[in-house]
Amino acid sequence: MSGTPLAQPRIRIPRQARAGDVIEIRTLIEHPMESGIRGRVPDAVPRDMLARMTVRMNGGTVFAADLGNGTAANPYHVLFLRIERTSEFEFTWFDELGRTARATARVTVA
Amino acid sequence: MNGAASRRAVLLGLVALPAGAALAQGAGSVEVAIAAVTGGRAVEEGGMALRLPGLAENGAQVPLAVTVESPMTAADHVVAIHLFATRNPTPGLASFHLSPALARAEVQTRIRLAEDQQVVAVAVLSDGRFRRAAAETRVATGGCLG
Repeated sequence: MSGTPLAQPRIRIPRQARAGDVIEIRTLIEHPMESGIRGRVPDAVPRDMLARMTVRMNGGTVFAADLGNGTAANPYHVLFLRIERTSEFEFTWFDELGRTARATARVTVA
Repeated sequence: MNGAASRRAVLLGLVALPAGAALAQGAGSVEVAIAAVTGGRAVEEGGMALRLPGLAENGAQVPLAVTVESPMTAADHVVAIHLFATRNPTPGLASFHLSPALARAEVQTRIRLAEDQQVVAVAVLSDGRFRRAAAETRVATGGCLG
């Protein structure tokens, strides 16, 4: 609902990697992704949707997702990145009302 | 008909179309949605794979993986992947914006599907070309209209 903050996202990412490694990143955020067209009665359940998710690596956006009505509840994404040096990651979700949820991670390249 | 009732009728007409009408709308609007991405330009078949379960037990959580063959270099990479449902109330599933930082042009996610249908993925390449892949899935329990 509009008054409550978004849930804290969960990120699975390796803490360490070697230069040139491909790392798998899994992200999950609990969210109903309520499209508002459910139940065959208008506004039976008010619309409540995340609109966008972004992944920034060392400040630059490396991946973004625009989430449509057909994105399942608790949006989940898996992607594969090549890592060359110790990197800071920032994951942000934006809902249609302007609220955001954010998580950060660091991958250390020895 | 009073105001509230007529408003309700209009909203029902827009939002909760009878199954047949919703399907017809879905089938037409998916082509419109794809054309909005491609601008009507040629789309190649192949060079990418869209994976869905053949039978989705729960339409509310259908695992999807899309992979485009691409070196993912600055000069040659996938810019975007758009996913469309052909028989949902609205065609838009998600659009992914990729960069050469990705090791491969692959994204896994979960979608919801109202009923048995074909899902279409359209990839936009950095040289301006388009690719397309499709997958059929049967849905045991619909995930949209609950």
